[in-house]
Amino acid sequence: MRRLLIAFFALLLAPTLVVAQDAMPPAPYAYRQLDDPAKEAKAQALMETLRCLKCQSQSIADSDAPMAGDMRHQVRTRIAAGEDPEAIRQWLIERYGDYVSYTPQVKPITWPLFAAPLVFLALAALLLRGRFRRRADNEGDKP
Amino acid sequence: MIAELGLAVLWMAAALAVLQLVSGILALRPEGRQIAGLVRPVAVMQGVLVAAAFAALITLFLTTDLSVKLVAENSHSMKPFIFKLAGTWGNHEGSMLLWVTIMAVAGGFVALVEKRLPENTLIATLAGQAFVSLGFYAFLLLSSNPFERLAEPAPEGAGLNPLLQDVGLAFHPPTLYVGYVGLSIAFSFAIGALVTRDVGPAFARAMRPWVLGAWIFLTLGITAGSYWAYYTLGWGGWWFWDPVENASLMPWLAATALLHSCSVLASRNALKAWTVMLGVIAFSMSMVGTFLVRSGILTSVHAFAVDPERGSFILALLAIYIGGALTLFALRASTVTEGARFSFVSREAALVFNNVMLCGILGIVLVGTLYPLLTEAMGVKVSVGPPYFNPVSAVFAIPMMLVMGVGPLLRWRQDSFEGKRGGRITLPVGLCALLSAAVLFGVELMAPRIGLLPALGLAIAAGLAPASFLPLRGRNLRRTPLSIWGMVLGHFGIAVALFGMASESAFSTERLAAMRPGDVRQVGPYTVKLEGIGPVAGPNWTALEATVSASYEGAAPAILHPQARTFSNPPGNRTESALKTRWNGQLYAVLGEEGEDGRWQMRFWWKPFVPMIWYGGALIALGGLLALLGRVAADVRRLVATGKIAYRRSRKAALGARP
Repeated sequence: MRRLLIAFFALLLAPTLVVAQDAMPPAPYAYRQLDDPAKEAKAQALMETLRCLKCQSQSIADSDAPMAGDMRHQVRTRIAAGEDPEAIRQWLIERYGDYVSYTPQVKPITWPLFAAPLVFLALAALLLRGRFRRRADNEGDKP
Repeated sequence: MIAELGLAVLWMAAALAVLQLVSGILALRPEGRQIAGLVRPVAVMQGVLVAAAFAALITLFLTTDLSVKLVAENSHSMKPFIFKLAGTWGNHEGSMLLWVTIMAVAGGFVALVEKRLPENTLIATLAGQAFVSLGFYAFLLLSSNPFERLAEPAPEGAGLNPLLQDVGLAFHPPTLYVGYVGLSIAFSFAIGALVTRDVGPAFARAMRPWVLGAWIFLTLGITAGSYWAYYTLGWGGWWFWDPVENASLMPWLAATALLHSCSVLASRNALKAWTVMLGVIAFSMSMVGTFLVRSGILTSVHAFAVDPERGSFILALLAIYIGGALTLFALRASTVTEGARFSFVSREAALVFNNVMLCGILGIVLVGTLYPLLTEAMGVKVSVGPPYFNPVSAVFAIPMMLVMGVGPLLRWRQDSFEGKRGGRITLPVGLCALLSAAVLFGVELMAPRIGLLPALGLAIAAGLAPASFLPLRGRNLRRTPLSIWGMVLGHFGIAVALFGMASESAFSTERLAAMRPGDVRQVGPYTVKLEGIGPVAGPNWTALEATVSASYEGAAPAILHPQARTFSNPPGNRTESALKTRWNGQLYAVLGEEGEDGRWQMRFWWKPFVPMIWYGGALIALGGLLALLGRVAADVRRLVATGKIAYRRSRKAALGARP
């Protein structure tokens, strides 16, 4: 069932790419760096934060999958055309959903994710403060 | 025949676990004193029987008995010996049997050697251990029997996933499992101590070697796993915050915290409830890890078992053990006093800080790993990756590492940064801090494009490395206890690994190139030349192999052989990267596919100081080993001395009794 669902989503989300899978050679910029090192660095930084939808827990910068190659090509050509990395991320999210971005987007569904560090920090502060305040109060006590 | 014997022995072991649990519970009642003598031998016997069952499974795999379902599904007669052996635990059933085996053998070992604890606490511990293993026995025997026969023997086995056919696999899961299961012993000790209301230094001393041992194996397992991912996945990444990696990191974080709070409890009789709580959390994290990996809830290379029935079984076990332990803790926490007091500036305080920060990181990793599963259940798929984990865990990790430089120098109970005593601390620590600041300033000045986190990492590593040796200052090095050396090495290892990580993310150079034989490219300081490409064959694979000569700044070239391997049983591909290690970094070469124009896709990375990550991991584990040896040696000495004193007393009494 799960596999079916995944396959179904893959079909739904990437019709063009599925067709392109095996028949065609990889897109030009899948395995080619941009000539401008600054732009390539920008593209690389972005690619490392995009999920390869065909693989398990790999970014498109770490994958041999043809789809990851196509996405690398997209990212590199768009960066070369002067687009802003965050705009490219938004474009990919519109196309493939939030799942494609390893950087969680701030939305109601991800609020707990961003609240967690604050909660833990507050908890840590409370724990530490509680311990040491009590210590200070009991400074004269014998252990 | 061997399969049936193995299954029978496994059932007997499960029966003994029931006996161990029941007799343990009875022995704790006042009227059941006579039965107390039964618990230890039963625990030992249970260990022996399970070991026999596991040996039976290994035999089946080594002889490739294709009438056994598990062997037919996961092995192949043409596989090299080492992968036949590793195939035993490279699958769901086998790895669960490995889990139970390690657990029972460890339990038997505790029963055999543990003499420090009051007998009641030990019996409660062994009963707890039996209770935990019973769940896993049930899981094995009812839903994942490794010895199941096929109605008709298969003509040939299906083989092992090519990604897993690597020496790394032979050692990665067993090391992690030893770590996980070592924590189960700590868990049982915590349960035993809670049941008998006996949380004190003796309990911490008895638990510490197990926590240390588990922690060493977890450290090694994570380090080896990271290196394995680095060289097999073929893109130069070494940590992906993949849920499966997180599953091994979380028990490590908890165990690290437990290790430190254990030493407070052992030497100062403080942090009692906290230590027990951490004991429960550490093993819970092991179980959560097993659940994540084994349930198939994350479909990945590791999660070979895609079977919801098993997932719910493990989830039920998780609920019973963690829920049960937490309930027990809630019932008994009031009877466990907090213990001795300490002031704000003291070693205890530094260790408390370390514990709280480690728990913070643990919480972040836990939330980041589980939250996407939760939203997926609600119908929304989100990804949580490095852009979340890196900065958020750094919020906790950086203060912790700063305190790590000072903490070991402080005295127990109370210390001060003022006066003569304070000068002995503030001066060297100040120098280290100055070094950190200088490095940070230098990095920002020389390479302003480096991110904040790598720059901070470099700076902290520079200060922490010398600071970790400060506890040796003013000591006679030859008479310094081994455990101090262990701590120093462990902390130094953290600095080394941090340096490697920061350097890798700050200074790596990547070069993707389409090359014809004879083409030359520049990668960082290396000049690489594709000499040629030819076919090679291994025992169960064929490959295309590139010959690359790489010359470091014009020096005599080294030859590298990256391969693209094709496996036949089961069919699959894997790139085999080639590495050239120098003292100051690694050249990483990968052979990709052939393009239409006859040029080959080559990938190269120059990663300065990247091996430091794994050297650091090894140093941390070595530090743990030294500490363990030191502690065990001290325990043995103490035992021998107690024995001698008792003997002398009895002799004196005998002499005195004479007229």
